[in-house]
Amino acid sequence: MGMGVDIRSRIAKRAAEEIKNGMVVNLGIGIPSLVPNYLPKDVHVMFHAENGITGMGPSPLSGKEDENLCNAGGFPVTVVRGASYCDSAIAFGMIRRGRVDMTILGSLEVSETGDLANWIVPGKKVPGMGGAMELAQKAKKVIVVMNHTDKRGNPKIVKSCSLPLTSAGCVDMIITDMAVFQIGENGLILTELLDPFTVTEIRENTGCDFLVSERLRVIE
Amino acid sequence: MENTFNKLISVEKAMDYFYDGMSILFGGFGGIGSPPTIIDGILEKEISNLTLIGNDTGFPHIGIGKIVSRGRAKKVIASHIGSNPVAGQLMNEGKLQVEFSPQGILAERIRAGGVGLAGFLSDIGMDNEMVSGGKMRVNIDGKEYLLETALTADVSIVYARKSDPYGNLIFDKSARNTNPLVAMAGDLTIVEAEEIVPLGSLNPEEIMTPGVFVDYIVPSKGVNWKWAWE
Repeated sequence: MGMGVDIRSRIAKRAAEEIKNGMVVNLGIGIPSLVPNYLPKDVHVMFHAENGITGMGPSPLSGKEDENLCNAGGFPVTVVRGASYCDSAIAFGMIRRGRVDMTILGSLEVSETGDLANWIVPGKKVPGMGGAMELAQKAKKVIVVMNHTDKRGNPKIVKSCSLPLTSAGCVDMIITDMAVFQIGENGLILTELLDPFTVTEIRENTGCDFLVSERLRVIE
Repeated sequence: MENTFNKLISVEKAMDYFYDGMSILFGGFGGIGSPPTIIDGILEKEISNLTLIGNDTGFPHIGIGKIVSRGRAKKVIASHIGSNPVAGQLMNEGKLQVEFSPQGILAERIRAGGVGLAGFLSDIGMDNEMVSGGKMRVNIDGKEYLLETALTADVSIVYARKSDPYGNLIFDKSARNTNPLVAMAGDLTIVEAEEIVPLGSLNPEEIMTPGVFVDYIVPSKGVNWKWAWE
């Protein structure tokens, strides 16, 4: 994505702050997969995978991989104490029934009302939606982590998405390399700035209006 | 091993049940939990015009991807084909028909087929034409749902860690994935087992798929492809 390791880590670290003890969390690929590295030791989380794991742990050491123990992306993982396996129908049952507290995923565009467009890359034929729609529509909280702008500098937070939607009105929070937004009944609210960006710079790089929180926080 | 129920057969004998133009439901997720020995048998039999139904099309050299990337399928019903660029290419060239279902809905469609239901109601993808297009809408207590139809196939192919001669199955970690669903949904179900154990040696409390759903069991020769992470 042309994003430095530091910036990716910074976004992942901020996303990790949202995870509370006891949560069931599903992580997308890319930056979301870095989030577990920033969880405090006393926060116990069950990481959920669509292929049927509740309680994924870190990657195994090289040479210790088990070909029959992989995440939904097909890469080897381990499991934590208290983990369980299930079939894919049950794994999605957990999502639809509202038992997955949070999903953290990347996106191509997010609208000011929380529409998510993250599954069709412009100019490419549709490779299929996988499990993205169910997660976006049914996880209790949807957090998007992404660059504030695309490679050409165009805003990815927009008034209305130009790309096909994964799900409408599903995003609760956006964490970018420049800022953090909450999306609620009052629309898009800027709640945090990532140092050294200013509100003016955020306005210049955002494709829609937003409110600024009275308790605007600056993240080092 | 005592073949009490005449379900234990060789992979060569199992190939009698595969033919041109048939539909095959396959277990597996990104190739993990797909039956390698049966897949190779299908390839060697050189059948084509297949309709393949399962989570995804694997990788070009992994799982069901081996069949897809050799152009043996005319249609695929899956949740994504993203990890198999050959499948994407065949789709773009009009040589492969692809029907997409959201991942959990696909799993549930297979499960419905496996438990003798015609379909179910879901609100996933209501506002997405690609999911909702052409589907009947049903109103329950003032809320709209899509009618999702069940999936079955001529033959289901399944991968299990252990099977007894009745076809009682135990799966292995995340290689379980769609296998228990696929095992129920075939008109005929053929299981490839890593280990075939004597009748009575599996704890009835721990059996994941009852053998009643299984018609034949073949011994596995093991995975013979290189994983993406290797």
